[in-house]
Amino acid sequence: MARTLAMFTDISLCIGCRACQVACKQWNELPMEDPEWTGTYQNHAHFTDKTYRLVRFVEKPQADGRLQWDLMSDVCKHCAQAGCLEACPTGAIYRTEYGTVNINQDACNGCRYCVSSCPFGVVAFNHDTGRASKCTFCNDRIHNGLGPACAKACPTESIQFGFRDELVAKAEKRVAKLKEMGYKEARLYGADSNDFLGGLNAFFLLLDKPGTYNLPDKPKLPQRNVFVDSLLSVGSAVLVGLGAIVAFRERGQGKGGGDNA
Amino acid sequence: MTTNLIDIQNSDVIMATSNMAENHPVGFLWVMKAKERGAKLIHVDPRFTRTSAVADVHVPLRSGTNIAFFGGLINYAIQKNLYFKDYVVHYTNASFLIDPAFKTPTDLNGLFTGLEQTGKGGPDPHVAERYNQGSWKYQLDAEGNPKRDLTLRDPNSVFQLLRRHYSRYTPEMVERVCGIPKQKFVEAAQLFCGTSGPEKTGSITYALNLTQHTNGVQNIRALCMLQLLLGNVGRPGGGVVALRGHANVQGATDLAVLYQDLPGYMAMPFRDRHPTFKDYLETETPKSGFWVNKPKFFVSLLKAWYGDAATKENDFGYDWLPKRASADAYSHQHIFVDMYKGKIKGFLLIGQNPAVGGPNAKLAREALGKLDWLIVKDIFLTEAAEFWKAPASPPHRPAADPKNIKTEVFFLPAAPAAEKDGSLTNTMRLIQWHEKAVDPPGDVRSDAEFIYQIGKRLKRLYAGSKAKRDQGILALTWEYGDKEPDMLQVLKEMNGFALKDITDKDGKVVYKKGDPLSTFVHLTDDGATCSGIWIYTGVTVNDAEGKLVNRAALRKKADEKDYLAHGWGFAWPANRRILYNRASADLSGKPWSEKKKFIWWDAEAPGASPDKKGKWIGMDVPDFNAFLAPDAKGGDNPYIMRADGKGAFFGPLADGPFPEHYEPIESPTKNLLSKQQNNPVAKIWQVPDHRNDLAGVGSPDYPYVITTYRLTEHHLSGVMSRYLPMLAELFESHFAEISHELAAELGITNGDMVTVSTPRGKIHAKAMVTNRFKPFIINGKKTHQIGVPWHWGYNGIAKGDITNDLSATVGDPTVYIQETKAFLCNVKKGVV
Repeated sequence: MARTLAMFTDISLCIGCRACQVACKQWNELPMEDPEWTGTYQNHAHFTDKTYRLVRFVEKPQADGRLQWDLMSDVCKHCAQAGCLEACPTGAIYRTEYGTVNINQDACNGCRYCVSSCPFGVVAFNHDTGRASKCTFCNDRIHNGLGPACAKACPTESIQFGFRDELVAKAEKRVAKLKEMGYKEARLYGADSNDFLGGLNAFFLLLDKPGTYNLPDKPKLPQRNVFVDSLLSVGSAVLVGLGAIVAFRERGQGKGGGDNA
Repeated sequence: MTTNLIDIQNSDVIMATSNMAENHPVGFLWVMKAKERGAKLIHVDPRFTRTSAVADVHVPLRSGTNIAFFGGLINYAIQKNLYFKDYVVHYTNASFLIDPAFKTPTDLNGLFTGLEQTGKGGPDPHVAERYNQGSWKYQLDAEGNPKRDLTLRDPNSVFQLLRRHYSRYTPEMVERVCGIPKQKFVEAAQLFCGTSGPEKTGSITYALNLTQHTNGVQNIRALCMLQLLLGNVGRPGGGVVALRGHANVQGATDLAVLYQDLPGYMAMPFRDRHPTFKDYLETETPKSGFWVNKPKFFVSLLKAWYGDAATKENDFGYDWLPKRASADAYSHQHIFVDMYKGKIKGFLLIGQNPAVGGPNAKLAREALGKLDWLIVKDIFLTEAAEFWKAPASPPHRPAADPKNIKTEVFFLPAAPAAEKDGSLTNTMRLIQWHEKAVDPPGDVRSDAEFIYQIGKRLKRLYAGSKAKRDQGILALTWEYGDKEPDMLQVLKEMNGFALKDITDKDGKVVYKKGDPLSTFVHLTDDGATCSGIWIYTGVTVNDAEGKLVNRAALRKKADEKDYLAHGWGFAWPANRRILYNRASADLSGKPWSEKKKFIWWDAEAPGASPDKKGKWIGMDVPDFNAFLAPDAKGGDNPYIMRADGKGAFFGPLADGPFPEHYEPIESPTKNLLSKQQNNPVAKIWQVPDHRNDLAGVGSPDYPYVITTYRLTEHHLSGVMSRYLPMLAELFESHFAEISHELAAELGITNGDMVTVSTPRGKIHAKAMVTNRFKPFIINGKKTHQIGVPWHWGYNGIAKGDITNDLSATVGDPTVYIQETKAFLCNVKKGVV
């Protein structure tokens, strides 16, 4: 496998210009979709099959009267442990030699297990093609020595592209500098391979708790709940069985039977 | 701009008065770089924007009160003794003495000395008053030099007049006028005035936020004066960061695609003042400063245009130049008022969409309908090209009815940048060449080809004519190729070249005939050189082998030795990246500090001749005579373009030598600073048929302040964005930004349709109710302000009402720009 590539989105440098969102559309030839009224500058409200990179705008009035306006360019995280990939029954979702996660459109059967398996709500279903779609990390570009279109278009170098190990080292320095400058809540999200989902190949520098940016604190794959869920199912079955036994016993004793009332 | 975007990274504090992150996101990289290094960002804006979102301090101010704010900062710097005294004493005109008859608004209740009624019979019926500037001058000594007091104590010194003038601009007054809480003002003032002195510098950005006012020029003067006071001009990390709204607005201004200038910032001649070339040169050439060379630049310009036909005997063809009827006769607003009155018959509209983008756009659309013919050349079918499709625009105008419009309209599709060769001059005076990537489709042509072919046809049409008015066209040098002009040849002519062999005093040939000139210093006033625009000289040069080098096409990136990337493109003048950079050194020529080292005097360096020593060196091309020692006469004059060599605190303009706060023409309050409500010499066009009615002071019918602006996602009148699907989808629709407080008063919720109206027009848009607008407390009274972007129109993919139907036809007295940043409106829930 080649050295893992990554995208590092430094939210402290994001100005919400949406050049990334537009560059993504242009490069990937994604059609326009009807905009919706979100009440803010944001469009669209969620990732869709035609919007792979999405800038979120969240107004947060502070207790001291100041306003915080969080501008956050969100994208598929290309997780080391990818829920979509694990859920895919046809093998259409695969990991590239660079560590990114892709959907082979020819092999996708449109079952949508991946849609519900993504802890970030990234994967979307395309009703025109009947297949799942999401950010490809500009697969065609990275296989030709170029970075993703969004990183290329970012005017403030908020989205950086490179080898994962190098970017993580850079990100760690940046977070230390920000803390020095007084950004107490500054943190990396998904940079650590030993943390959740084995690390994200599109990781972030956040200035606040993940929840501020509509990101889960500790994302988990739905599949990881299967063991507990199955125990719970067994438990439920036992309870139902016990209930049934009790009910039938009562009926057998002639006390029940509302039908007869 | 005086500086270079790359250099913003050296600022210790950046005060963005414009919404730079949204409107200049690419240049904003350098603000973020400065922030990464620990710089602080102050954002001064009525609303909280994407710039505020990344700023350390957001200072909300009511639209139209910029001078009150800057005046407050000037006062703060003086009162707290935070100004850079050595810089102010030696590099500005603070020490100069002014005529004792001159009085400021402090003494004359809002007016300067000399206001006169012009009355209806005056030269301009739209301006009731003007200033007699007789007393607005320096006191001169016996030799005719300005008198100075280097202690700055003389009550008639510029500094004392300045101090006294701005002493009224206290933090309390700023709070009352601008609505900035005193504590917030002091926080910003401490932070920004902290950039004064040798060790620190700060930069200020501005754009149309300051210009589009009836005191637009004075707004910019005020910020320049603050920068002079703090010693922030000509130094790394300092500067006046003027941000242009287009890729090539700087180029358009340089090349005089404006009515008042000829290329290279030489005034367009007036009919009355400049009937002959001699009159022009005598009145327009100062006695000192670098502009003493104006005759060389002017003659070289005429030689570039008229070639061999321009001779000393015929004043180089000066008579062929059109002459101006009056100061503003061809300004945008003036043209549309004249057109509405039926005075203009034909109109060429190239790359502009005044049906949406200009002030009082409804008036513009009606005016287009009074023409005999209209040619629109643009990349999409704009609203101006289809003004006859305009929907109804209350209260005065029904939908356009093509049956009643006699204008014959021609639409010519234009090629965008990627389909043609040429250069763009960007906001930092940087000329960058671009090559055609693809041929334009079909019969689409570049603007240059269109103009070139019109010129050729006119020459054929006038061939043999003896009429005086045709001689200029017939004399034009106009050979740049067969069909499409060779743009490199055009650039070479702009640069200038020798028209005959030029020798030095020893008879050695310096330039052979046809050689490009390497510097404007070599231009002459005898007809031996030509240059289409003197400030661009040096952009095309010959290398050692005599091969032409197009420096605009060079692409050497910045490195450790040259952080300003002098090998990337060519910045006029002379590839200089920071103007007035002599001011980065102290009086003796040493850097003010090691940290802010930039240009300095090296006394040991080889001098102008083998027997002399001493030269200015450093990280840029010195903006100074490279061999003029700091202790020589004039060695302390960094502002070389000014006759006195000093930065001007005292600088006479049509509306005063110091900026003074006046309310916008439409304002929610009386002027709290003086009895003078508006700029007394602002231009208010009288337009018939209620086409330019105005709301009165504190009008109950129009109680809210409105400001108009652009968004990152759209470009100006939308021609380059509303027609592109991936941009059109980024906003659902046209919207008006309204505070929660005003929304609550009017029962409006987010997403409701609202009606915004002014005496000129009415629009419908969705309400975006947001925390990013807050009411201001003006003189103790709650005052609401709303904001409406102005990109939408009735064509394209993303459609919406035309915001500029709301704005008025009023103008600044110096440049006649409109006041679209601050006026009054009403807001009602629903479509009414």
